Amino acid sequence: MVATEPYKIVGTRPVRPDGVDKVTGRAAYGSDIKLPGMLYARVKRSPHAHAIIKKIDASKALALPGVKAVVTRADFREAGPGLIDIGEGPPVNLKFMLDNVCAGDKVVYKGHAVASVAATDLHTAEDALNLIEVEYEVLPPVMNVRDAMLESAPLIHGNELTGGLTAADMGKRPSNIANRVEFEMGDVDAGFAQSDIVIEREFETAMYHQGYIEPHNATALWNKDGDITIWTSTQGTFSVRTASAMILGVPVSSIKVVPMEIGGGFGGKIPVYLEPHAALLSKKLGGVPVKMWMTREEVLEATGPTSGTYSRVKIGAKNDGTLMAANVHLAFEAGGFPGSPVGAGAMCALGPYSIPNAFVEGFDVVVNRPKVAAYRGPGAPASEYAVESVIDEIAERIGMDPMDMRLKNAAVEGTRRPDGATMGVIGNVQVMEAIKDSPHYKSELEGENRGRGVAMGFWFNAGMESAAYATVVSDGTVALVTGATDIGGTRASHAMQLAETLGIPYDDVKPHVVDTDSIGWTGVTGGSRTTFAGGWAVYEAAMDIRVQMEERAAKIWEVDRDQVHYDNGAVHGPDGKVFSFKELAAQLPHTGGTISGHADVNPTTVGAAFAGHICDVEVDPDTGKVTILRYTAVQDVGTAVHPSYVEGQIQGGASQGIGMALSEEYFYDENGVMRNSSFLDYRMPTTLDLPMIDTILVEVPNPGHPYGVRGVGEVPIIPPLAAVANAIYNATGVRVRKLPANPRNLLEEMLPPEA
Amino acid sequence: MQDVTYRRPATLQEAVQLLKDNGPTARVLAGGTDIIVMARERRRDTSMFVDIKAIPELTGIRFDASEGLTLGAATPLYQIYRNETIQRLYPCLVDSASLIGGTAVQGRASFGGNLCNAGPAADSIPSLIVLEGKARIVGPNGERTVAVEDFCTAPGRNVLEAGEILVSLSFPAPQPNSGARFLRFIPRNEMDIAVVNAATSLRFEGNNVVAARIAIGAVAPRPLFVPAAGAALVGKPLTDESIAAAASASRDAATPIDDMRGSVRQRKHLSYVLTERTIRDAAHRARGEALEH
Repeated sequence: MVATEPYKIVGTRPVRPDGVDKVTGRAAYGSDIKLPGMLYARVKRSPHAHAIIKKIDASKALALPGVKAVVTRADFREAGPGLIDIGEGPPVNLKFMLDNVCAGDKVVYKGHAVASVAATDLHTAEDALNLIEVEYEVLPPVMNVRDAMLESAPLIHGNELTGGLTAADMGKRPSNIANRVEFEMGDVDAGFAQSDIVIEREFETAMYHQGYIEPHNATALWNKDGDITIWTSTQGTFSVRTASAMILGVPVSSIKVVPMEIGGGFGGKIPVYLEPHAALLSKKLGGVPVKMWMTREEVLEATGPTSGTYSRVKIGAKNDGTLMAANVHLAFEAGGFPGSPVGAGAMCALGPYSIPNAFVEGFDVVVNRPKVAAYRGPGAPASEYAVESVIDEIAERIGMDPMDMRLKNAAVEGTRRPDGATMGVIGNVQVMEAIKDSPHYKSELEGENRGRGVAMGFWFNAGMESAAYATVVSDGTVALVTGATDIGGTRASHAMQLAETLGIPYDDVKPHVVDTDSIGWTGVTGGSRTTFAGGWAVYEAAMDIRVQMEERAAKIWEVDRDQVHYDNGAVHGPDGKVFSFKELAAQLPHTGGTISGHADVNPTTVGAAFAGHICDVEVDPDTGKVTILRYTAVQDVGTAVHPSYVEGQIQGGASQGIGMALSEEYFYDENGVMRNSSFLDYRMPTTLDLPMIDTILVEVPNPGHPYGVRGVGEVPIIPPLAAVANAIYNATGVRVRKLPANPRNLLEEMLPPEA
Repeated sequence: MQDVTYRRPATLQEAVQLLKDNGPTARVLAGGTDIIVMARERRRDTSMFVDIKAIPELTGIRFDASEGLTLGAATPLYQIYRNETIQRLYPCLVDSASLIGGTAVQGRASFGGNLCNAGPAADSIPSLIVLEGKARIVGPNGERTVAVEDFCTAPGRNVLEAGEILVSLSFPAPQPNSGARFLRFIPRNEMDIAVVNAATSLRFEGNNVVAARIAIGAVAPRPLFVPAAGAALVGKPLTDESIAAAASASRDAATPIDDMRGSVRQRKHLSYVLTERTIRDAAHRARGEALEH
């Protein structure tokens, strides 16, 4: 399947099609929309982390001049049973999803939506929030996963959840454990018995937010004929349509979702929060458009960060470095409603390695924090951090180079993971060897208080449905239509694959991202799937065009169909007959009409991704402040369709992973109130906190894609946590087992124990 | 929604009258980098902004070799750190002025605003304290002068009475063989509130320290002048032992809280570390040596 010829366009670095609009400010994001008669709405949110709603009285708000409508839970239909698969994450119970959009009997985190109010302007809507009176009965909050798993913990969902600590315990009694996953392979006890060295450690990671710059937004118009239009910046217009339809109790066909440009998502812009409120307010107002957007505080407190986690990892090895057995226990905070990424974390935990005996268990646990959403490689940064830290410790104890030990145990094609999947063609070993061969790894690190760490990362990547529609324009260009919202270069990577397949210049392809009525079902831009699966659709649509152009040329030349073939941007016939793409395009309108190619695909031949990072740090022994001196990210990227965007994805992922390692965290007080809900105190790394992230692209093409594409976006966020922690150990002798290793936490480890 | 009146008086008297007539919700507007944010976030009820930047005494930099330095309270930071006299004679003020906010904020924000805002972690106040800053205040009952270390009374609170305006900050002319340094500790390299900050000024005669002032911030309800720390240095040569004694005095004086920006233990420890580092740097400056960082 993978072409052996060098590509003409794939692998080059053209300017992105959406670039001019984005650098001139002309690109229309969610907050840019303005419709005639439009009203503005805000959400009333809970000040408590855990409370019963006794009463909501909006009469004073409705009496304020300029206030037009208030929506509370009473305006929503009651949810029946049902699961919604919105993509990138476990399917969500409809009732829980509705409860998250607008609280029912209870609020389960600070910032939980309880009502919304529309007014003639934003300030009036904001004033009205204080006039909506909500009476609460405040309950004690449960703020972290280990507390929530105790039998004595207050139950956030009463008797609804009945997960247990073991398979036998499941369903026995009410708890905060929503779910449990378990994978087992081989004989773990025997594996530990055969080990020369066994190390077991506990780890914690904080709750982290994706930190996209653009806040969530939604504008809705519920027309009097029942048609609903939603304008929003989202990773998945079709997911918004499905979720909104189920929450509102209307047919999916009555909703059209129009994608606005999106200012970052990283998994967090998949769920719906505002859309149903805006739609119901619009309906109450008899068909007036209603616009909503969040403040940064709302984004941090009430959208979907990733889970805070606790893990316990036990690994056994022979003195020669052979891994014999692993026992991985993962407990993830789901937030106020079930649905943490613990399943994916469990699948990935041991991904880079071949270990004959393994037991992995994961717990999905509700706590009084915002319901988590997908975040770049959901679940894997935490689980692989724990495993990579223990691997590093074993390598040190047996006196083995950390990369040699990883190579000795590297997963290869055919390696079976504990979750049952078998590795296909993967570049794991190639990445490990590229690390060893890199100038960074070969360099000497000199100076006091400095250290180096390495870590691997694995992410399985996703396929899912995509669609493409491509029309040959009479001037020889092609209009390409997809439903894949463009977060990180989707238009460019799709246009490039179309141009490559048709053998035409990249600039002759005009890509467009369209609404849900205008293209076939397209999954979210997420799961590292869009260049892969969207690229498949684009390739199929281009092949469709090629076949039709061959047929048309045969008709024009009056030759047999099989005497004509498409090659390298031209159609060739017998006796040296040839049409360039442009020549034939010009003839189409008067030789039978325009040609369009289309495809709806659901490819499953996904290629997994592996990454390995090298990190040098210097630690200030007096303050615990870590400075990253040098950082190299190595990754098997399959085929780098647009290498600059691939490098950008890797650098962005590494930066976010470094933020998880060093500075970011949700900081709650004892009442369950987030104390750092601003970008001032939720500390993402700035450009001043990071060196240039060097990248090394390893290309092991995925045989399951016409251009060898593997997803690249997620795996680079996985290795930084352990790479940084292992580097800190190398610099200070302190094993960091609680992230972030911010100065406060690291200093605590470095100072002598308090008397 | 709040209706806010904006006034831009041309004289001090006019400004004082406006503040007096309109009560506590009439607010002095200098750079606005704090007060506008507070009004927008409804942390301060505001009915009127009294913009003082058109009043001549409120802006500008005046230096006289015998009188010393006077800064209009609303003088924006960028004018302070770009001023050659200040760079040469008061580098400690440059330390503070150049790291508060980013370029845009530095075009508006002022030492006077930072002082009146009275944040415990304010990045100018320790410098103003160790340089013996005096605050000139004008109000309905005339004029008075308050030492900077006595200006703040609690988080967000200061000594200004109803209708009073901070007009200027003045500093004595620097003595020979003296030097001062301000440092703060933040988890990132920019865009953070100090976990702890500190400033030290030193004056030597021969080998002996003859005057030392040390102040620390973010470790108490207000920026803290620590006379005991300075006293540990005075009357003897600067040694590792005397520096350790001064740093210990800072640590002992700190009464920090645990919050999202730092822990009690971390802040007490950093009070020691930053005191030590500012003493060493101030000594370098007193000897006319450039700092490494």
